[in-house]
Amino acid sequence: MVKPATQVKKLEVRDLSIRYGDEIALHSADFDVYENEIFGIIGPANSGKTSFLRAINRMNEMTPGMNVTGMVKFDGIDVKSWRDVYALRSRIGVVFPLPVGLPLSIYDNVALSPRLSGVKSKSELDDIVERCLTRAALFDEVKDRLDSLGSLLSGGQQQRLTIARALSQSPELLLLDEFSIAVDPVTTMRIEDVLKELKKEVTIVLVSNLVAQARRLADRTAFFLGGELVEVGETEELFRGNVQDSRTTDYLEGRFG
Amino acid sequence: MSSFQTTDLNQSNRRKESLVRILLGMVTLTLIIPVGIILVTLIAKSEGTFSWAFFSEFPRNSMTEGGIFPALVGTLWLVAVALLASVPFGVAAAIYLSEYAEDTALTRAINLAIINLAGVPSIVHALFGVGAFVLFFEFGTSILAASLTMAVMTLPVVIVATRESLQAVPQPFREACWNMGATRWQTIWRIVLPNSISGILTGVILEVSRTVGETAPIMFTGAALFLPFLPTSVYDQTMAMSLHLYVISTQVPDVPEGLPYGVALTLIAIVMILNSVSIGFRTYLRGKKKW
Ligand SMILES: Nc1ncnc2c1ncn2[C@@H]1O[C@H](COP(=O)(O)OP(=O)(O)O)[C@@H](O)[C@H]1O
Ligand SMILES: [Mg+2]
Repeated sequence: MVKPATQVKKLEVRDLSIRYGDEIALHSADFDVYENEIFGIIGPANSGKTSFLRAINRMNEMTPGMNVTGMVKFDGIDVKSWRDVYALRSRIGVVFPLPVGLPLSIYDNVALSPRLSGVKSKSELDDIVERCLTRAALFDEVKDRLDSLGSLLSGGQQQRLTIARALSQSPELLLLDEFSIAVDPVTTMRIEDVLKELKKEVTIVLVSNLVAQARRLADRTAFFLGGELVEVGETEELFRGNVQDSRTTDYLEGRFG
Repeated sequence: MSSFQTTDLNQSNRRKESLVRILLGMVTLTLIIPVGIILVTLIAKSEGTFSWAFFSEFPRNSMTEGGIFPALVGTLWLVAVALLASVPFGVAAAIYLSEYAEDTALTRAINLAIINLAGVPSIVHALFGVGAFVLFFEFGTSILAASLTMAVMTLPVVIVATRESLQAVPQPFREACWNMGATRWQTIWRIVLPNSISGILTGVILEVSRTVGETAPIMFTGAALFLPFLPTSVYDQTMAMSLHLYVISTQVPDVPEGLPYGVALTLIAIVMILNSVSIGFRTYLRGKKKW
């Protein structure tokens, strides 16, 4: 497997712990995510994967009871010390397990974020909408009905709409949380191709429910288990059995999870 | 015995089933009988009362003749001013409670207070209105005092209806907006409110139709038995449909029999029209479901 093109650190996770009340969802995790790589995160349900994603863009502040200690540095700066949390979030695109087409037209779904950041010109918005829908491999299917409701598209289309919406933020970092859970296999493959292409420009953290998907896409992969970061390594090495912890191989080979 | 054959148990169950159905049906029927009787009586007894003059003229001859024009206009004034006061406050409070407030002891206390406020009898609101608006704020007996009293009385309804419409908007929509860097207010303005506005309007209209018929809260705060002129500002007193009905039915001698029935039927018609508009809204809203 080729090493990531750069070794510039996009995210630095240091002694990161996440709690909900007394329950611990992630225990003292330490690792880095490099620029322009796809960083995979795998692990069974309730391992703290989603919680980790929420800590990156400070969504913990919108989640009652969620408590984060330690730090995540984004471009070398602790996210907690970003004065403008909205600017931080707008630089990070997020895709959820269940596709969320907002109850707006397809056009307005993609134009929402640019509008929030002050873009008003119709031609500029048109450009952004077409470009993002195209890159999310959705434009051809919807170009004749940009005015119809995004929330009424099929699941697979809505998930690509969500990706187009995330791209409309011109994000530097893209967080995907088990994006294929409600998506048909064909669409999953199309989205995977999109991600391989996107990685040239953005850094991607891909939480995946499919071990094979992590293998197809991720340069490096972290294995979370019950709130513990078991290990991080080159994806191909892990699959070759080059692991520090035998539980990793057990999970990769489907012996539990 | 094959399991498809009718057993005794099966038969007895079926008998019970039809008995229960008939019983429940009869109870329901008894419930709508009074409504039917009221409507039929009103229509029958008010015969001959309605004419253009009935709606457009002032009462004459100690309210035994003439129309209900000033009462109709007064009720419009009262409801309009009450809405102007209660809707902004109620909607603002509901937005705060639904979209901003964290689940603390204080929030729970406020929610409890709102529920209890909805249960306070209207005569108590009336006395509160006299004390607060007529005397303390020195609005005197006026449309302003009466409308504010009605506003306080209907506030809980507006808050609860609005909060429920807001909460019917799925949480993932908010999460998606927050994640792309939208503030709470941007999310409310662009996603939550546009998708709950019809529900809020429905609640508001239902509230209006309730307000139209109330007598107690306006009786001591701003409604007059008879005025020979229309109100010109919120500091004036006014006549009102509900009080007018009460007065001509119980306080004035020699009123022609059809008159009170005509006023009552008009009052009910206003409420029914408002309710139909509200139901129409809801149907329209269901037809345009966006998710
Ligand atoms: N909002 C929440 N409130 C309380 N506990 C939560 C919340 N979200 C997640 N948890 C708990 O945190 C742990 C990790 O959850 P999560 O991060 O969603 O894991 P994963 O995404 O790997 O399935 C679980 O035990 C879960 O029950
Ligand atoms: Mg998860």
